[in-house]
Amino acid sequence: MSAAAAPASDRSRAENRLGLRLVAPAIFLMLLVTAFPMLRALYLSLFNYSLTAPDDREFIGLGNYVTALTDSLFWRDTAVTVLIMVVTVAFELVIGFVFAMVMHRVIFARGIIRTSILIPYGIITVVSGFAWQFAFSNNNGFVNGWLPFIGDDFNWFGQFGSGIVAIMVSEIWKTTPFMSLLLLAGLAQVSEDMLEAAKVDGATWWQRLWKVILPNMRSAIMVAVLFRALDAYRIFDNIFVMTAGAQGTESVSFLTYRQVIEQFQLGIGSALSVLLFLSVLLIAFLIVKIFRVDLAAARQEG
Amino acid sequence: MSTKNKIGVVIGAVLILVWCLLPVAWIISLSFKSQDAITNGSPGFLPADGGGAGWQNYADVLADEQFRRAILNSIGISLIATALSVIIATLAAYAIARLEFTGKKFVLTLALVIAMFPVVSLVGPLFDMWRTFGIYDTWPGLIIPYMSFTLPLAIWTLSAFFREIPWEMEQAAQVDGATSWQAFRKVIVPLAAPGVFTAAILTFFFAWNDFVFGISLTSTENARPIPAALSFFVGADPFNRPASLLAAGAVVSTIPIIVIVLLFQRKIVAGLTSGAVKG
Repeated sequence: MSAAAAPASDRSRAENRLGLRLVAPAIFLMLLVTAFPMLRALYLSLFNYSLTAPDDREFIGLGNYVTALTDSLFWRDTAVTVLIMVVTVAFELVIGFVFAMVMHRVIFARGIIRTSILIPYGIITVVSGFAWQFAFSNNNGFVNGWLPFIGDDFNWFGQFGSGIVAIMVSEIWKTTPFMSLLLLAGLAQVSEDMLEAAKVDGATWWQRLWKVILPNMRSAIMVAVLFRALDAYRIFDNIFVMTAGAQGTESVSFLTYRQVIEQFQLGIGSALSVLLFLSVLLIAFLIVKIFRVDLAAARQEG
Repeated sequence: MSTKNKIGVVIGAVLILVWCLLPVAWIISLSFKSQDAITNGSPGFLPADGGGAGWQNYADVLADEQFRRAILNSIGISLIATALSVIIATLAAYAIARLEFTGKKFVLTLALVIAMFPVVSLVGPLFDMWRTFGIYDTWPGLIIPYMSFTLPLAIWTLSAFFREIPWEMEQAAQVDGATSWQAFRKVIVPLAAPGVFTAAILTFFFAWNDFVFGISLTSTENARPIPAALSFFVGADPFNRPASLLAAGAVVSTIPIIVIVLLFQRKIVAGLTSGAVKG
């Protein structure tokens, strides 16, 4: 018995060793550039520390967090970021779903459509930011000319409302294709038989959408929303290029960047980095939770 | 499908094409406008009569030393980061798909957490660390962060691909008299190659697109990649951004992406969805 078991466990031990060896480089690199700096940020966030005066570094405990959390700027930027996240993800979900439905049904020009939908995904965000900034510009853009209800000299970047709209348009343009591809994959998993059966039972198109298609795509939708929401919360490139944070369009990422790289305030900047990371974790947690609640509710109804 | 549905699909398809291509057409159009026309206000979509510049903007951009350097940096850094990241991710994904070992879940979770990481959170500490290590404003200073951020994507995509490979074929080949190395090379490698290739394309996109590391961890043209260079590009008159020149630069920096998309459209779609949905 034991003689027979020994070689098997030797083999599994060897397999274990080989597995660990193969993943070791990946783990090492990922930790080197994320976990280690994050711990360092945690440590630095406890100091009053500016790179311009490194000798004055002083331990102040949670002082930086108090400063950040009691500053209205932090909360305004957080509100702006949440606004951008909620609006863009909502639009992307709806438009992306329509696109996915079309791509699912389209028979002609499939290749062309799939190729073009990858172009916004592949284009550098900075470039799409520039394209939209110039498009909305009152000096050389075309948007004012195309929108009949807006004066030709309307300055989109002159106030918060229209500035944030322009930023969100560029974000939505760039990332809707990604959303629609994820949803298309989810759509492909909805069984045609079930749809056919619902049709035979006399369900309208609308009923089939809500009772058959969407419930069966729940996991695909959740993944798409989760990925996009976290991505949108990190928004930086578009804002940097389009408004540089003017008119209160600054995001939390932008605030953090400004503190660390432009003003060399490593202490408070690190505290902001930690807060940014915690908010992303919180959002991930909330999305997963919300979708679970939905799952339970749907089951009770069924 | 009823006629009504057919019309809906056609309209939808046209809408998708307009959505995806309009801003691209616009930036191309902008890149052919003359700088004078732009400074004096040229709000049309297409260059107005006499407002065209031909290829002049492209010639100017390509003659710009900083811009050429940035393109070179981007190509070099992105290719090296892609190659290294795909090699390391292939090892990890093979282990995850094929072997039983402790900590398998940990690797996948770690990769997922890192994929969600707010990049800006890291630039402060990395800025500090890289200056201490002496790799601030160098190629390795960007390649290392790119690698660790592209690894999660590559690991998820590849392990999804590798799980679909019928590994018994390897044993079948061995039964037929192949050595284990031969079996691996002749049977598994050809099956795995398309997945590896897809992961490489997605990784390259990521590295080429990066902006936060690009502006934070570089200070000169030594390593500054193209997105950062474009954002710092002010031209001769710092108070008047040379929109048409920038547009030409933007088009040039987009050409590699368009070429890759045109050539490998099918693979990219498969990779994007397998990594994210099946994962």
